[in-house]
Order: sequence, then structure tokens, then C-alpha cells
Amino acid sequence: MVVDARGLRCPAPVIRLARAAADAPAGAELTVLATDPAAVHDVPAWARMRGHQMVSATEDGGVHALTVRLGGGSAS
Amino acid sequence: MQSNEPDGTAAAGVSHATGERVFLDAGGRAPVLPQARAAFLEALDQGWGDPRRLHAEGRRARALLDGAREAIAAVVGARTDEVGFAGSHVAALHGAVLSVARGRRRVGADVVVPAVERAAVLAAADFVAARGDGTRRTVPVDATGRADLDAFRDAVARPGVVLAAMQHANGEVGTLQPVGDAHDAARAAGVPLLVDAGASLGHTEVGTDWDLLAADPGDWGAPGGLGVLVARTAVRRTPDWPEDDDRWFPGGAWVPAALAAAVALQLAVATSRADDAALRPLVERVRAAVPASVPDVDVVGDPERRLPHVVTFSCLYVDGEALVTALDRHGFAVGSGSACTSSALEPSHVLAAMGALTHGNIRIGLHRGVSAADVERFLAVLPGVVADVRGTAGVHGL
Repeated sequence: MVVDARGLRCPAPVIRLARAAADAPAGAELTVLATDPAAVHDVPAWARMRGHQMVSATEDGGVHALTVRLGGGSAS
Repeated sequence: MQSNEPDGTAAAGVSHATGERVFLDAGGRAPVLPQARAAFLEALDQGWGDPRRLHAEGRRARALLDGAREAIAAVVGARTDEVGFAGSHVAALHGAVLSVARGRRRVGADVVVPAVERAAVLAAADFVAARGDGTRRTVPVDATGRADLDAFRDAVARPGVVLAAMQHANGEVGTLQPVGDAHDAARAAGVPLLVDAGASLGHTEVGTDWDLLAADPGDWGAPGGLGVLVARTAVRRTPDWPEDDDRWFPGGAWVPAALAAAVALQLAVATSRADDAALRPLVERVRAAVPASVPDVDVVGDPERRLPHVVTFSCLYVDGEALVTALDRHGFAVGSGSACTSSALEPSHVLAAMGALTHGNIRIGLHRGVSAADVERFLAVLPGVVADVRGTAGVHGL
């Protein structure tokens, strides 16, 4: 599942991702697309605080694609 | 006569001169100590002359400037002629990196810097490396912000390194750095070590594990507009700018700023133990109380080996600018490393290097004018402020 947060400033990309995570089952992989460079640091920090796992982080033409795998307590 | 009211009496019962406001952003620009203000005004009267001139007025200014240099040298354990005054802390750091890189240019153009050094150090390292076909060798930090010593040792031992830097402590998160071990490694490699004590001097013991020491008078309660660079005579340096009577910082220093810096430093060092004893428990109180009263907070920096007056945390899902603005409305001035709170697009490189949350960041710099009651008032207001901002963003339950 892809969450499009391009053009949004911090902390909006993380909030969008968290909203999507709230409705997704444990083990699901979510990718957020963001142009705000803060997302590169904040998505992994959010994943750490929420018990999710970072899968990958790539960048193409100023768009960051950050993928997380949801841990067990994703909805909380 | 009524304007001659002595300092303090008018403000009795109030934490400081700004009335009900509580200033909690003392990093780099602390409230000016009354004694520093008095010294500054005295030097305006006595030392307005050009210290380069030979007449009585010039000599009087020169004497004040020399006295300031001598006092600062005594505090940091240096020779008087090793103390230089720059126009700002940034200028002191730039001058240090540029002059050493030029003096040692035959060695190479690589500069070793921990990732959490001040932006001025990182930018100067990039500048000299790019010009000399060198590389900025960036040393990673752990989750507390402490530089990786093994990586530092490896980097500094490589050929081509003109200079290594290691801040004494990180001013954004308060973590002390291993400057003693870093100095040993640099010395073994024959590389001079620049220690940025801009957040430490006047607050905690800085020691003598450095070859160049930069410090920031605005941080210890002097008026701004001055930077200090102490360079050991043995460090090979060459000016990287046009010739001037004041070789290292062309144009020389402003005497009132230098005198006020020296007076404030003597006072800050003399009271640093008492200030530490008063402020460290407040930092510990904030570190314990914030995660207990605000959900989803990342308290950052080393819990033990840290500056006594700096505490930083980030609140998940919160816009840092909204936090700073809301707290300001409640009478609290705080700092922030979040991108949205500065003109820069990039978030704090310090928080990023540590893997900490960069948004919703609050940085508190305490000073002697902050009381336990001020901190308790802040702690009482904070949870509601964060909840309001989160409520506006609709992030409850995420």
C-alpha cells in the first residue's frame, strides 16, 4: 500500500503514514512517498517508537520512498 | 533618581527582567549577567578608543583588551597570546578550520568531523575539503549523540587529514563527547584537534584536551557579537585571508564585548558548580516528567554524561513551529531543532544523525535565572499545549 505525502511538510507525512497503519493488519508493508527531507529521519524514528520495522528507504528525483513493515501492536 | 534603581530590586519576586515570561532558550544567547552588563558599559566609557593607537585613549582600550585576553587565558589554561577574539562564534570556528587547513595544506585537505558538530564546523570542513581536493570524513554518532570513537580513530589515522574536530558537548541535546580519547587519537596521528566548547565553557569543566578551543561568550551570559578562539602556539596555522595587524581575526575585537566576555566568564566559572547543582536536578525533572505526562515523546541525549543545563525532547505528530508558538503565547521561550521552526528546509542534522524524531522538537537551555517553580509551571502547561496541537491535527489514537 502506498501513502502519497508528496508536497506535505513535516510532520504530515508521518501522520498520513500512521493513519494508514491504523487500518492495516500486522505484517503489512506500507510505503510513504514524501518530498520533505525530514521524513527520511522521522519515518524510521516513528517506526522505532511504534515497534514497526523499516524495510527500505530510496530516493528518486527528490521523492523519498520509505517502506515499513507493521509490527504486532500497529493499531495502538 | 528613579531611573537609578539598582538591578534586581524592581524585579523582586519575578524570575527575571522580562516579567512573567520564562526564558528557557539560553543556548548560545543567554540573558546577559548584570556584572557583564556593568563591565560592558564601563568599557564603553573607558575603552571606546582604538586599541591600535598609541595615545592615552588607545592605550586604555588596549589595556582593557589585554586584560580580557589574560582573564580568558587563565580560565582555559592557555597563554595570553594564544587567545583570539572573532566577531562571532561562527567566525571563530571558520577561522580555526581555514587557518589550520592552509597552514597544513601540504599534508592534504581532509577534515574529520563527528556528524553532530555545529553547522559552522561542518560547512567549513566542506569548504576546505572541496577547495583542496580533500574529503570531509564524517564520524557517526550513537543514539545518544556521542561520537563513535573507533570510527574517529580510524578516520584521523588516515593520511591526508589536516584537522579533526570534536565538540566538547552537543549544545542541542547536551551529550558530552569523548574529547580526551579523541585528543589522544589525534595526537598519535599528528593531527590538531579543534574542540568546540561553545555549549560547555562557563557551564562545565572543559579541560585541556584540545589544540584549538572555540567558545561562545553569548552562551555564558556576555553580550553577543564576539567569538573566542584559543589556539596552541604549536599548531601550524596560516591566515587564509588578507594581511592585517590582527592576524587571525582581521579588524580586531570590540573592546567592550571582549571585556564583558571575560568578566562574565570569570563569574560563570566561579558559580558553575553551584549552577550545576541547581540546574541539573531541573533537567532530570524535565527528563522524567515529560514522558510521564505527554504521550509519545522521545527524550534525547545521554541521561548521565551531559551538560547540566540542556534538555531536549521531540513530540510525535506535532509541528515544532506550532509548539514553539503556543508555548510562547503561554510565556515560555523555548528552542527547537525542527525544520519548520527555522529558515532552513532541512531538520536538525544533530537529531537526524542520532536517529531521533526531528519534528515536534523542543530544546530547553536553562540558566541561573530559572527557578524550580518556573520549570514546574512549564511542566504544568506543556501537556495541554501538546494535546491542543495534536487535537488540531486530528492525530489522537494514531
